[in-house]
Amino acid sequence: MQLITNIVVLASIYSLIACGYVLIYRVSRALNLAHGELMMLGAYLLLATASLFSGSAVLAIVAAVALSATTGVLVYVLLMRKMTGEMVLAAILTTVALGILVRGVLVLIWSSQQQYPAQALHVGNPTLAIGSAHVSAWSLVLVLLNAAVYGGLFIFLRYGRWGIRMRAAGQNALLAAQRGINLHRVYALAWALSTFTGAAAGMLIALDSGVTMSMPVIALKAFPAALVGGLDSLAGALLGGLIVASAEVLLIYYVDPLLSDVVPFVVLIAMLIVRPWGLFGTREELDRV
Amino acid sequence: MFRAPPRASGYFRTDYGQDLKLIQTRAEWSALLAFTAILIATPFFASPFLLDLCSQVFLASIGALSLMLLTGYAGQISLGHAGLIAAGAFTTGILAREMNAPFWITLPASALTGIVLGLIFGLPSLRLRGLYLAVSTLALHFVVIYLGGEYETNRGFSTGILIDPPTLFRWKISGARVWYFILLAFAAGTLLACINLLRSRSGRAFRAIRARETVAEALGIGIAQYKLLAFVVSSAITSVAGCLFAYYRGFVSVEAFDLFLSIQYVAMIIVGGMGSLLGALLGAAFVTVFPYAIEGLVGLLPNAKVLAGDIFAVNYAAFGLVMILFLLLEPLGLVGIWRRVQNYFLLWPFKYRPLASARK
Repeated sequence: MQLITNIVVLASIYSLIACGYVLIYRVSRALNLAHGELMMLGAYLLLATASLFSGSAVLAIVAAVALSATTGVLVYVLLMRKMTGEMVLAAILTTVALGILVRGVLVLIWSSQQQYPAQALHVGNPTLAIGSAHVSAWSLVLVLLNAAVYGGLFIFLRYGRWGIRMRAAGQNALLAAQRGINLHRVYALAWALSTFTGAAAGMLIALDSGVTMSMPVIALKAFPAALVGGLDSLAGALLGGLIVASAEVLLIYYVDPLLSDVVPFVVLIAMLIVRPWGLFGTREELDRV
Repeated sequence: MFRAPPRASGYFRTDYGQDLKLIQTRAEWSALLAFTAILIATPFFASPFLLDLCSQVFLASIGALSLMLLTGYAGQISLGHAGLIAAGAFTTGILAREMNAPFWITLPASALTGIVLGLIFGLPSLRLRGLYLAVSTLALHFVVIYLGGEYETNRGFSTGILIDPPTLFRWKISGARVWYFILLAFAAGTLLACINLLRSRSGRAFRAIRARETVAEALGIGIAQYKLLAFVVSSAITSVAGCLFAYYRGFVSVEAFDLFLSIQYVAMIIVGGMGSLLGALLGAAFVTVFPYAIEGLVGLLPNAKVLAGDIFAVNYAAFGLVMILFLLLEPLGLVGIWRRVQNYFLLWPFKYRPLASARK
C-alpha cells in the first residue's frame, strides 16, 4: 500500500513536470532543458514572496505562481523568440545556458543551502494516513493539483479558443499563421503554461521537503516520462510519468537505492530503441526534427 | 558552413601534389614555425599557474576537436561527451589501480573502451535524429556515470581513485613542464589527425551526411557506416583525452564528470564556431580560461570579499550569460569574428568582396 502511494506521488511529480516539456514541444518543437531550473526558480520565488506577504500564505503562493508564469513569457519574448528556425542544437543549448544562468543567479541570491518555504509561510506539513499508507499533506495536494492541471489542460486544448490555436500552431505553424493565428502569442502562452505547471510542481516539492540546488535533477528525471509517453502527447506524459515512477520506486525498493538516478534514463533508452516516438506520440515527429 | 579562408593572392597550384600540401605558402610556414617556437618556449618562462592553464587548454582541445568532428562535421549531436571522458578516465583508473597496468596499456585500453562506447552511443543515431539523438546520448551519459559511481562505492574508493604517475623506462612522467609537452603533443597529433581525416573520403562523407542525409545516401554514401565511424573515432579520441586527464590529475572521481562538463564541451564548439577545427581550439581556450578570467575580474571589484565565497556561482551565471550572448548575437562563434577581422584587413580599403569571388 505504501509502495503504491509512493508510486502515485512520484508519478504525479513526474507527470506534472513532464507536461511542461510536452506543452512547449508540442506547440513550438523546442526542447526546454531549463525546465528544471525554472521550476527551482518557482520554489525560490515562493520563498521571496513568503517573506514579502508574511501575513497570508495564499497571497504569497498566488503571487509566486503569477511571477513564474510571467517569467515564462519573458523567457520566450527575450530569448526563445530569436531562436525560432535556428539549429536544433542551438535552441537546446540556449535553454541549457539559460538554466545555468538561472542556477548561478539563484545561488548568488539565496546561497546553496537547503531552504524551507513552508517555515517561511508558517504552514505545517502534517502526515496523513490513507489506509495503511502515509502521505504528507503537500504531496497529496500535488497529486490533486496534477489531476486538476491535466483535466484543465485537456478541456482547454479541446474547447478553449486559445487551446485550439495552440493545437493548430503545433500541427502546422505555417498554415496556422496563414489563418491569422498570432504564433508569437501562442508560443508565449505555451511557455507561460509550461513554466506555471513546472513552478507549481517546484513549489509543492519545496513545501514538502525544502528546496536545494539539486532540484533540477528531478526535472531531468521527469523528461524520460515525457518522452516515453510521446513528446507531443499530454495523455502520454501522464502515462509516462506512471511508468517511469513505478519502474523507479519498484527497482529502488527491490534492488538498489543507488539506481534512483539512472532508472528513468534506462527506461528512456529502452523506449528510444523500441519506439522512439513514444507510446502516444505521432510517428512523423521523428522525421521532422 | 564556412568558405575557405580568403587568400590575398590568386590560385597558383599546378599539380595535385601542391594541392595536397597542408601548408602552402612561405608565409604560412613562417607563421607555423613562429607559433611552434612560442609554444615550445612558453614553459620555460611561464609561471606554474600559466603552465597548468595551458595544459588544461590542450586537454580541452583534444575533447573539443573530437566533439567538433562528431557534431560540427558529421552533424550528430552529442550531449554525452563527459560520459566518454569519464569512461576513458575510469578505464585508466581501474586498470592502473587494480592491475598496476602501465601507461602503454591503459592508453590503448582507454581508446578501446572509447571505440566500444562509441558504437553504443552511435547505435541510436541510426534511427534517431536531432533532438532525440541528443536525448539518447544524454541518457547514456547518466548510465556511464552511474556505472562509474557504482564501481567507486563498491570497491571502497568513494572519494575517488588515486593514480600513480605513469612511468616510461623507469623514468617517472611527472612535473608540470613534462605534462605540458605531452599534452601539447597529443593535442597537435589530434589536430593533425582531424585535419587529414576531414579531407579524406570519410571526411567528405561526414560533411555530406551533415548537409542532407537523403542526398548523401543517394550519392552512395553508407549512412549507417559513416555515422558509426564518426561516433567511434570521436569517442576513441575523447576516451584518450579522459585517460590523459586521469594521469594529469592523478585522481579520478565521478563528480568531475557531471552534465556540466558535457555542456562545457558543447559550449566550446558553439562558442568557437561550428564546423571549424580552429573554432574547436579557440572555443576550448575560451571556455577553459573563462572561469579564471571571471575570478580575476571579480577580484578587481571594490567589494570582492562579499562575492569571494560565491565565486563558483558568479562563474556559473557568467558562463550561462556568455553562452546565451554567443548563441543570440554571434552564431558563427569566435571563428566568425576571426574571419571578419581577416576579411577586413584583406579587403581594406574596401568593405565587401566582389560578388563573383564571394560565390566561390
